[in-house]
Amino acid sequence: MELLDIRNLSAGVEGRPILKNLSLSLNPGEVHAIMGPNGSGKSTLAAVLAGRPEYEVTSGSVLFQGADLLAMKPEDRARAGVFLAFQYPVEIPGVNSTYFLRAALNECRKSRGEPELAPVEFLKLVKQKSKILQLDPALLNRPVNEGFSGGEKKRNEIFQMAVLEPRLAILDETDSGLDIDALKAVAAGVNKLRRPDNATLVITHYQRLLNYIVPDFVHVLVDGQIVRSGGKELALTLEARGYDWLSEPTAAPAGAAS
Amino acid sequence: MTTAPDNVASSLRREFPPGASEPPPALTLAGMLAAFRSTGPDTAPAWLKARRQAALASAVELGFPTAKDEEWRFTPIAPLLELPLHPAQLSARRLTTGEIAPFTFGLESCRLVFVDGYFCAELSSLPAPGGGLQVVSLRAALAGNAPELEQHLTRVAGDDALVFTALNTAFFRDGALVCAAPGKAIAQPVHLLFIATAGVAGAAAHVRNLIVAGARSEMKILETYVSLSGAPHVTNTVTELVLGADSRVDHCKIQEENLRAIHIADAQARQDRGSHWASHSISTGAQLARHQIQTVFNGENGLCLLNGLYLIGSGQLADYHTVVDHARPRCESHEFYHGILSGNARGVFNGKIFVRQDAQKTNAKQTNRNLLLSDDAVVDTKPQLEIFADDVKCTHGATVGQMDEEALFYLRSRGIGLEHARRMMIRAFASDVVDRIPLEPVRARLNVMLTERFKDNA
Repeated sequence: MELLDIRNLSAGVEGRPILKNLSLSLNPGEVHAIMGPNGSGKSTLAAVLAGRPEYEVTSGSVLFQGADLLAMKPEDRARAGVFLAFQYPVEIPGVNSTYFLRAALNECRKSRGEPELAPVEFLKLVKQKSKILQLDPALLNRPVNEGFSGGEKKRNEIFQMAVLEPRLAILDETDSGLDIDALKAVAAGVNKLRRPDNATLVITHYQRLLNYIVPDFVHVLVDGQIVRSGGKELALTLEARGYDWLSEPTAAPAGAAS
Repeated sequence: MTTAPDNVASSLRREFPPGASEPPPALTLAGMLAAFRSTGPDTAPAWLKARRQAALASAVELGFPTAKDEEWRFTPIAPLLELPLHPAQLSARRLTTGEIAPFTFGLESCRLVFVDGYFCAELSSLPAPGGGLQVVSLRAALAGNAPELEQHLTRVAGDDALVFTALNTAFFRDGALVCAAPGKAIAQPVHLLFIATAGVAGAAAHVRNLIVAGARSEMKILETYVSLSGAPHVTNTVTELVLGADSRVDHCKIQEENLRAIHIADAQARQDRGSHWASHSISTGAQLARHQIQTVFNGENGLCLLNGLYLIGSGQLADYHTVVDHARPRCESHEFYHGILSGNARGVFNGKIFVRQDAQKTNAKQTNRNLLLSDDAVVDTKPQLEIFADDVKCTHGATVGQMDEEALFYLRSRGIGLEHARRMMIRAFASDVVDRIPLEPVRARLNVMLTERFKDNA
């Protein structure tokens, strides 16, 4: 069974259609990249999968491990193993990072029928995972993302992912605003977390990130539709030729990976 | 203690359009004396009797405030005037230590307990003599005509234009006198606990406290107000604080009276040079709570922190009126008031800052932030800065907003349920204010209150 099965998905925001009849499936162990020009609907796809309330699904279905993902609340999606690394991580003044993450992990554990982690065990886990991301542990004494640099915020997203160990990670423009060192650290973190039973959906505008997180499949999203799918070499073609040639009428018809 | 069940609270919902209330009955001398005459014999010394007469005359002349009164524009007192006002009686039933245990914060501190405004010696624990700390009931202090009294009592809050303060001056019989000797740092907080037990509507307690911090002394005062009954009782309380040179007073007040109570409070400080007053005020109870908080800098290099939080729901109005008078140069004031409002709650904030002509190098900062948890909650907020000096730094800001949906989604996207995420956000909003309070048991209690309070309507 696919881990994620998106079928004929159409969705938009404030009555404006963005995703148009999009289909895509991911199997456990796979890394898929979604590339596309600005405004093509990449972030909308991430938002719809994570359950952002202002987005409206008009038709189609999404199955996650066989369950109807679209019927689930955002928190239930997270507990089931969906993780969105935000393009713009939110600063939450007054909410301590460690408290927040422990609450999140324990909610996820509870829903899996596992016992809650005591503070001491949790801190041990945090120590171990923050090393993977080379994240300064002092940041975790601060309110969530407050006063973090752009790079620290992105690292913190992947750090949270490392702690929560999702089945499906969606990285929304995780490379935007990162210098090369931060990019490598984030990519290395993602790679260390790859397992045969989880999958990653990397959403990016640039090919650069895919040098470090090597995808099994690359899909090109233009105007809310996947217009081309291929292997990792497709990303290099896009880097060389841009996106325009794909939306020309002579372009090959859209196809989804299977 | 919010003992009234929620259905009682919701049956008390009122419309508060400014100006729509009935014209208040005239405040006549005869009426006032009829309402409060039986407060018991007045054993006050002659100087105080003279002050009482002057204050009462002023109150009668002013009358009760109406919506036309700028200071009460958004705070109709109709709920007070509808009550059959009478002095709270001394309860025949004595409270047990078990009954007051929930209100002591587990503090092993020196404590004065007042029941319906009457000092209760059995429930109180006074400090051992000789430690530089004097804590006595005001009635006892007046009987002995303690020297601090004539100098300060009814003088710090001496402006009889504040009508409820003037009524308090006229009618108070008891309260607390707390004095720290010069140079003494008192480690343990002094807890003043006011418990209302009156089972009948309109029982009014006028209590008066005087806090005197000698030069270079330090102390912490915890002043709390709770109800053990659900009846609409009235508290009219005035606390006067005198801060000697280089003294420091942390003053933490918590008002948790029942949701039908009327709570009118005035805390006024007079600060000598180099003194530091921190006022922490939490208001969660009462259908109508008015807090007047004032300080005047009478010397240079004074510092004051005014820190407050109101947590209110349907049928409740909380009002903070603050006045910081920078009368002398080089003083600093920092004001932070946060409101969290649900249902059809109404919040009022009015922050006055005066910077007098020779108060150069003043640094005054004021913020009022409000979190509205419903579409029906309303806040009226108004900064009022009057600056007559030219080399000063004054800032003010007010915000009224709803919960940050982006932040809520972020928390939920990590597996935290909607209700839990809302509670986290509410606590976060309050945390700036709560974290400034220097008493750990109080912070812990507030965090519980924040969780409990918005369990159902977050």
